[in-house]
Amino acid sequence: MISADLSVVLPEIALAVYAMVAMLAAVYTSKDKAAPILVWITSALFFALAVWLGVTAGETRTAFGGAIVDDGFARFAKVVILLSAGAVLLMSIEHMRRSRSLLFEFPILITLAVVGMMLMVSAHDLMTLYVALELQSLALYVVAALRRDSLKSTEAGLKYFVLGALSSGLLLYGASLVYGYAGTTLFSGILATIEGGEMPIGLLFGLVFLITGLGFKVSAVPFHMWTPDVYEGAPTPVTAFFATAPKMAAMALFARVMHDAFGAVPGDWGQVVAVLSLLSMALGAVAAIGQRNIKRLMAYSSIAHMGYALMGLAAGTQLGVQAMLIYMAIYVTMSVGTFAFILSMQKDGQPVTDIRSLNMLSASEPLKALAMLVLLFSLAGVPPLVGFFGKFYVVRAAVDAGLVWLAVAGVVASVVGAFYYLRIVFYMYFGEEGDAQLDGSMPAVLWGFLMVSAFAMVAGVVNLFGVEGLALMAAQTLVN
Amino acid sequence: MEKIILFAPLIGAILCGFGWRVLGEKAAMWTTTALVFLSCLFSWVVFLGFDGEMRQVDIFRWIESGSMVADWAIRVDRLTAIMLIVVTTVSAFVHLYSFGYMDHDENWREGESYKPRFFAYLSFFTFTMLALVTADNIVQLFFGWEGVGVASYLLIGFYYRKPSANAAAIKAFIVNRVGDFGFLLGIFALFFLVDSVRFDDIFAAAPVIGETDLTFLNGTWNAANVVGVLLFIGAMGKSAQLFLHTWLPDAMEGPTPVSALIHAATMVTAGVFLICRMSPVMEFAPDAKTMIVVVGTATAVFAATVGLVQNDIKRVIAYSTCSQLGYMFVAAGVGVYSAAMFHLLTHAFFKALLFLGAGSVIHAMHHEQDMRNYGGLKDRIPYTFYAMLIGTLAITGVGIPLTHIGFAGFLSKDAIIESAWGSGATWSFWALVGAAAMTSFYSWRLMFLTFWGKPRGDKHAHEHAHESPKTMLIPLGVLSVGAVLAGMVWFGNFFGDHDQVNRFYGIPVHAAAEAGHGAAEGHGAEAGAGYPLPGEGAIYMAPDNHVMDDAHHAPVWVKVAPFMAMLIGLGTAYLFYITTPDLPGRTARAFRPVYLFLLNKWYFDELFDAIFVNPAKNIGRALWKGGDGGVIDGAVNGVSMGIVPFFTRVAGRLQSGYLYHYAFVMVIGIALLITWMMLTGGAE
Repeated sequence: MISADLSVVLPEIALAVYAMVAMLAAVYTSKDKAAPILVWITSALFFALAVWLGVTAGETRTAFGGAIVDDGFARFAKVVILLSAGAVLLMSIEHMRRSRSLLFEFPILITLAVVGMMLMVSAHDLMTLYVALELQSLALYVVAALRRDSLKSTEAGLKYFVLGALSSGLLLYGASLVYGYAGTTLFSGILATIEGGEMPIGLLFGLVFLITGLGFKVSAVPFHMWTPDVYEGAPTPVTAFFATAPKMAAMALFARVMHDAFGAVPGDWGQVVAVLSLLSMALGAVAAIGQRNIKRLMAYSSIAHMGYALMGLAAGTQLGVQAMLIYMAIYVTMSVGTFAFILSMQKDGQPVTDIRSLNMLSASEPLKALAMLVLLFSLAGVPPLVGFFGKFYVVRAAVDAGLVWLAVAGVVASVVGAFYYLRIVFYMYFGEEGDAQLDGSMPAVLWGFLMVSAFAMVAGVVNLFGVEGLALMAAQTLVN
Repeated sequence: MEKIILFAPLIGAILCGFGWRVLGEKAAMWTTTALVFLSCLFSWVVFLGFDGEMRQVDIFRWIESGSMVADWAIRVDRLTAIMLIVVTTVSAFVHLYSFGYMDHDENWREGESYKPRFFAYLSFFTFTMLALVTADNIVQLFFGWEGVGVASYLLIGFYYRKPSANAAAIKAFIVNRVGDFGFLLGIFALFFLVDSVRFDDIFAAAPVIGETDLTFLNGTWNAANVVGVLLFIGAMGKSAQLFLHTWLPDAMEGPTPVSALIHAATMVTAGVFLICRMSPVMEFAPDAKTMIVVVGTATAVFAATVGLVQNDIKRVIAYSTCSQLGYMFVAAGVGVYSAAMFHLLTHAFFKALLFLGAGSVIHAMHHEQDMRNYGGLKDRIPYTFYAMLIGTLAITGVGIPLTHIGFAGFLSKDAIIESAWGSGATWSFWALVGAAAMTSFYSWRLMFLTFWGKPRGDKHAHEHAHESPKTMLIPLGVLSVGAVLAGMVWFGNFFGDHDQVNRFYGIPVHAAAEAGHGAAEGHGAEAGAGYPLPGEGAIYMAPDNHVMDDAHHAPVWVKVAPFMAMLIGLGTAYLFYITTPDLPGRTARAFRPVYLFLLNKWYFDELFDAIFVNPAKNIGRALWKGGDGGVIDGAVNGVSMGIVPFFTRVAGRLQSGYLYHYAFVMVIGIALLITWMMLTGGAE
């Protein structure tokens, strides 16, 4: 019996064991000198696991008395998480080596965070949810403060930790309320309770607190306050990581809790999610305009994008979940490409984050500027790039679910948001003439990710590389 | 062969328009001209060798969408053949004429190349006009219809540095749009009724259309009448009939060869051609035909009156064109389509001749167009003088009364006037006779002012007046031959006895009809089986349409009336401009309001400006300044420069960096959410 359970979580166990072995091995051998090789091994492991999970897709299986579920939805999210985590790890090497912060703990902490995320998307019980969430969060707190000698990095780590603790408290409070009124922590049990009769007001409160905790993880307004500061303060590779895998994991967990545990009352949580979505889109669009630091700008950008993903979730339908998954996959791809570029921004060996340093990039680096142009247009949701289709799907889901006001607001916000993406393009192509603001060559890995991502934004318009169908299958296992 | 006729000008236009840098300016111009002459030669072969049997030359499948199927095909029947020779002959000689006329144009700077462009436009026009006349379905016809509109626009605005030319080009385009709207509705109506755009299907369905009722605008209308009126509105625009005529005089801003080709001989007659082409439908639309007669007569009279007092030599001829088009519509309206086509053919020759002659005069006088500055040019430019004289004799209708000997206009115009009598529309008959007198007056006025009397105006110009080069004189000569002979040669075919006309147009005469016809001795027998069906033959005249026969049997005084009118016009003009040259001035002073009324073209332009143009401009300006500038731009600017930055500042200030602010926002957020859920969720 236990072996059957273990086989369900075999990938997670493998990763966890790998993390511990790697840590011991590194500590007792060459320590930080082994970091680059460790990063490569970790990335390779992530990619291999992603492929394995992708090709062995099968029946929905549960383990540990229903506390963990392994279904199509979880696998879709896990593949995205593993691929993006692996990509970001590879992109980090050069940047961290340059700033002498390539510690061997970094890949190990990332691995532990990934284990947490994989458990999050498989959680089918409030306790699994909490444990997985904390595993991921604790790893991320440390990673955010990875540069112990940097004031900003430690400040970011501390802020993240304190606010994260607050949100974990709220989440736990919500979980306890739910348990109190439902009498079980299993999602299926909660669902059965709600379907059985009236929704007690206590359960509703628990739901709101749960949403609060999850909203913090996806940095939805008004639980987003940590995002700009942490994005700016954390080392850039860590920021890149924050913007990708954890967002996917948190969003998948959000959908999982809402549909698996509260699927019977989509109206109740739908309206809350819709409001969070609206606020996120609006604030993300408006606040980013004032930003000169590209990392802060990307923080607001990710807040806005989470708003759009939440729009799909707010629809409360299968189409909505499918749209959300498509949106997240596209968003993660765009983010990887954009951060590949940001990681390469430097002058005189020092990283640069001011967007004005991009002045006339088109003259010195035409190909990179073009790739960035494609990515920024895609982030802004300009047709016919892939980013537009992501927005198209969530807007359609919202309209189909009757949330026309939300769809309209989303479109308006995307118009406002286009301003700050296009301003970067403006700097790159029509900025003032002057000395080259950036120098240094771009490492091949970063260049590769930038180009592949930009190319995907263009070539993907043909069929989105089949993501649409995969997301549909994933959504079908979650919503039925 | 038909394909070569159609596409040779297109190839010429492409080669010349895009390839002249490679070919060289001269070679490009000669290429187009040679190709149009080739087209012309083949057209004559087709026309003379045509046996009356309609045939279709399929080229390719053009449109296929649902039940809407349109092939690109050439429909060769008598109407097409007539139009082919008209279009290609005039076009070929206008090409040739342009070598001389367009040389050393003062509107262009030294070294600028404009001639290949001009020739390319001319050839492009020729192609679209041929596409129009060879159309086998009404959509293809519309393609040509719009194509000639574009070519006309390009050529009127050829001198694009002149604001007046640009304004005239736009005016022509917009006024035509009004007519085209009607035409389009007509096409839609036909497709709606017949579910096909092919002429064969439409003609076969004509009797059914005549019995169908349409409910529209809260009333029931006969479908054939609706279609007929809509198509005629399209024809009114293209053929410059009253109310939609205002663009034609202004179109004289284009170079004179253009005026000759497009605004006299070919494009403006497209409306007449359309009505004749649609004769099977028109025959079932009595009300539409009445409207055509009324508008045609009104135009003939109106344009003639305005022509009496104009001083610009090209404008006089332009109004004359307008007036003659009115005649053609009257003929079509009373059901004698053959006479309309006859006048179309002869008019093409003598009006192109007059325009090219006027161009030659203008060329000689260094681009002076005001006739008051001419005079006594008879001896300076004799060839031009003789050509113009022949043209004038043709348009005024000089010939020997009661015979079939005379200049082209004598036969064709008299045929129309007799047809008007034959139809019973006596008022139209008298109006046309009056218009004929006026035609004679203004035509001779033009001649007398230009060629007789003493030289007036700039002495220098008169001293240097010179005969035009050969390239300009040859076309004048050829068209003169046409203007003299066209009427006499083809009178029998167009307006001879019934059988000859039927043969000419390929209208089958069935055995039974033959018998009945014989019994009635050409007067037209009772309607009955055996008569040609709509669509058989190039034109269709309903069994009860005896107008042509009645016209043949008009009293002698009717047949002589147009000739007398011509003499009256000639005599008056002689009196005014030769014997007592101060008489026009005194008359104008004595009848000053009438004179001004005519000089200002019945104030049509002013009226249209007040009714349509200015209100449209005002609405446009209001929407532009107030709507677009104020509301839309204002809102966008207000939001993007006021509201959004405000929120950006607010968001920036909230992001203070203090941990307790952040926690506070989260707590406030959850408090609001809980409160909200308590108020709404709990109520469920």
